[in-house]
Amino acid sequence: MSNRPGGGADIVWEAGSPGLDAPAGTEWEMVIGLEVHAELLTRTKLFSASANSFGGEPNSHIDPVCLGLPGTLPVLNRHAVELAIRVGLALGAEVQPSIFARKNYYYPDMPKNYQISQYDRPINVGGSLELPSGKVVGIVRAHLEEDTGKSTHVGGAGRIDDAAWSLVDYNRAGVPLLEIVSHPDLRSAAEAREYVTELRATLLAVGASDGKMEEGSLRVDANVSVRPLGSPELGTRCEIKNVNSLRSLGRAVTFEARRQIELLSSGERVTQQTRHWNEDTGRTSALRSKEEATDYRYFPEPDLVPLAPDPAWIEQIRAGLPLLPRQRRHRLAAATGQPPARLALVVERGQDELALEATEAGADPEAVLKHLEQNLADGTDRLTAAGLAELITMEQSGELTSNQVKEVLAEMVTSGESPATVARRAGFESVGAGELAGVVDRIIGEHPAEWQRLCAGDDRERKKMRGFFTGQVMRATKGQANGRDVAALLADRAGTDGL
Amino acid sequence: MAERISRHDVVHVAWLARLELSDEELERFTSQLADVLDHAADVEALDLDGVPATSHPYPVGNVLRDDVPEPGLDRAEVLAQAPETEAGQFRVPPVRGEAP
Repeated sequence: MSNRPGGGADIVWEAGSPGLDAPAGTEWEMVIGLEVHAELLTRTKLFSASANSFGGEPNSHIDPVCLGLPGTLPVLNRHAVELAIRVGLALGAEVQPSIFARKNYYYPDMPKNYQISQYDRPINVGGSLELPSGKVVGIVRAHLEEDTGKSTHVGGAGRIDDAAWSLVDYNRAGVPLLEIVSHPDLRSAAEAREYVTELRATLLAVGASDGKMEEGSLRVDANVSVRPLGSPELGTRCEIKNVNSLRSLGRAVTFEARRQIELLSSGERVTQQTRHWNEDTGRTSALRSKEEATDYRYFPEPDLVPLAPDPAWIEQIRAGLPLLPRQRRHRLAAATGQPPARLALVVERGQDELALEATEAGADPEAVLKHLEQNLADGTDRLTAAGLAELITMEQSGELTSNQVKEVLAEMVTSGESPATVARRAGFESVGAGELAGVVDRIIGEHPAEWQRLCAGDDRERKKMRGFFTGQVMRATKGQANGRDVAALLADRAGTDGL
Repeated sequence: MAERISRHDVVHVAWLARLELSDEELERFTSQLADVLDHAADVEALDLDGVPATSHPYPVGNVLRDDVPEPGLDRAEVLAQAPETEAGQFRVPPVRGEAP
């Protein structure tokens, strides 16, 4: 497949791409909606008091409720509700009165034979998530439900369909989940990854989840369909499961979209189904379908009463929300005049406070961002905003060369000292203006033929000779002369405004 | 009156509940379930416009528990109740397809 050059974030396949047999002129658009399941950072399970903790011996955090023993009753965890509300408010959702529902199905990871979820009246409805690129992705809902146990399939080379038996660990059963469902607003693998990255950062910011995809505390199912570019209708979608990293997400949706395009291009149809992503083969495949898999017979959970959070409680939670990644990007954008998309990296690294303070201390915003982006990827540690601002002043006044700036900056990060202190200790004394002029004049005197070529040559010759003289001056000053000052002196001696 | 529930429906519901029913049971449950649905139809016949749907009969809500852990069950004791176990886990027959 080939991405159309200049297609921006929207990946589009063109007819005639390798492996595709589409009528000439057909262009396809990928349409993706994501369901993100986030395990909430509570101490206990959603409906019972055994520990919510990852790892540990199998079946070491279990209780009668999460095992579905007869006669047990669920009681809702207040903190799980609060975390769900925090996320809802962060997404601009409406927090509404809700009820729980039973989703009935037979599978050993859910010993009650139903999962308690929310169906027609979820706690959060609507809302949106603004990505660093500025794209706004609509949110359908974010509802509470309990996680299932974890089954391991044994025998049959580990394939689910061929397993000889399964082992079940109920430590995860009953762990609170928030399922966040997006509208099908995403149009490329890159956008899908950007959405999950931003959602994860938002969940982390409000303290709702640890967002560890590799541990399964953040899980993503992708609904993927394709349609001819420009078509307002949605194609038949497939739901892709078992996506365990951002990279897998990108690969899986790209593979799936291409598979669907190949089907449609050869006159076949896409069958709506759940497909399993295989990281090793890089393919999605349909699982042997469970009969009547979608016949969940949802009905209101009779063991739980309705949930209608007090508006005062909701407002109290709202007042306690931290600044969200989006708000931090916009705040820094206002201070630096840079677009939010550029600031995502600095915000993601948590360096935006430093950037703001350094800018407020009078440092050139562009220089602040440049140092954060290029020289401080490993963290700012003991670097202070005042120190960074001072260093930038020294850099821009020519007191330090750019190489010296990097060395001083690295030292400031570990020692927390001021740039002047570090520069003095390192012997980075800048060459004074008078001293530098003397050096330049001496070198001009030593190379009369080259100087003649610089003064009288064509552009190319002048450029070459300027390099020669600059090099000589740098050698004479052991690299401590400022390049701009040298250039200004050479131009002055040559009698031109600039060489 | 049209048949409220067909034998086919009952077979389907029995499958969803993983129940194996004999022919005689199918007959009996089809008839009993039809009676239940008749009762629902009686309610449906009333004019209930403007009456909000009731999910729960009691005016009780917001029953919440503090997020404080309590000791769980002893694993050995729990596993001792299971028909089959292996490596501290419940061993169950193979499952076709992935969990919903």
